[in-house]
Amino acid sequence: MASFAFYLFALLAVAGGGLLVTLRNPVSSALAMVLSFVGLAGLFIGLNAYFVGIVQILVYAGAIMVLFIFIIMLLDLNDEKPAKFKLSTVLAGIVIPLLLLVQILGVIQSGLHGEEAEFTKIDEETMKVSAKEFPKESAIYKSLTHEKSPKLPDTNLIGHTIFKSYNFPLQVMGALLLVATIGVVVLSKRSHKKAPTDS
Amino acid sequence: MASLNEFLFVSGLLFAIGLAGVIIRRNIIVIFMCLELMLAAASLTLVAFSRFHIHNGLPDYNGQVFVFFIITVAAAEVAVGLAIIVALYRARQTINVEDLTSMRG
Repeated sequence: MASFAFYLFALLAVAGGGLLVTLRNPVSSALAMVLSFVGLAGLFIGLNAYFVGIVQILVYAGAIMVLFIFIIMLLDLNDEKPAKFKLSTVLAGIVIPLLLLVQILGVIQSGLHGEEAEFTKIDEETMKVSAKEFPKESAIYKSLTHEKSPKLPDTNLIGHTIFKSYNFPLQVMGALLLVATIGVVVLSKRSHKKAPTDS
Repeated sequence: MASLNEFLFVSGLLFAIGLAGVIIRRNIIVIFMCLELMLAAASLTLVAFSRFHIHNGLPDYNGQVFVFFIITVAAAEVAVGLAIIVALYRARQTINVEDLTSMRG
């Protein structure tokens, strides 16, 4: 059953990617991108990464896709005439990713020396054992050792890791977002000087 | 349940599709979307390794923290990139990469 979900979401992600590359209308491409990201979020949730899956949907389908559609509508690109593709670019675009894929396949085949990593289930027993690392009154401990329905406190554990081991990178990330915001405001301000013309 | 190799293969396939889009497509917005797809494919690898590297009975959450950071950087990158595209369109009235050749040597 879990395997079926994996193949469904993997197919969704790959099909979305294929449509993103092949569809000519940019709006359809943006919607295909969202399809692909929904498939990816399904894969994340199948990997017990609930927080990352939900954030993937919220940020990509909620914010980034809307931004893309907004810009496409703003620039009014719907009357784009069908572009002619050069044979050499299409050939390069097929051969180079194929080479990359063959390389990745080779690494996957050889890198683990035949022994595959096992998918170990996270069940009540293992969660009870791993809860010993955390203080008894913490939300992580309570969720891991809940009598009726012990759950993997995914969000709490990510927060625990961020604030324990990645505190400085988190603050750098905050500064990055601030700089990006200021940069966007500066970039989209219409300057009164005449823009430099091409060549 | 699917093995680690299958997740890595799906991730590599998505990355290759994104790369093909970046090379083939001429519309700069679609190229940008393909870049986003490549970033997301890389984060699938991180989440898969995080889940299959069980540490003390729990997944290795360092990988998922990296994915969180990747999503943050991607959001900032999209905002700045689209602002640049809008500025470019205002200056040149085109978003076809074949018409944007002023940096050709």
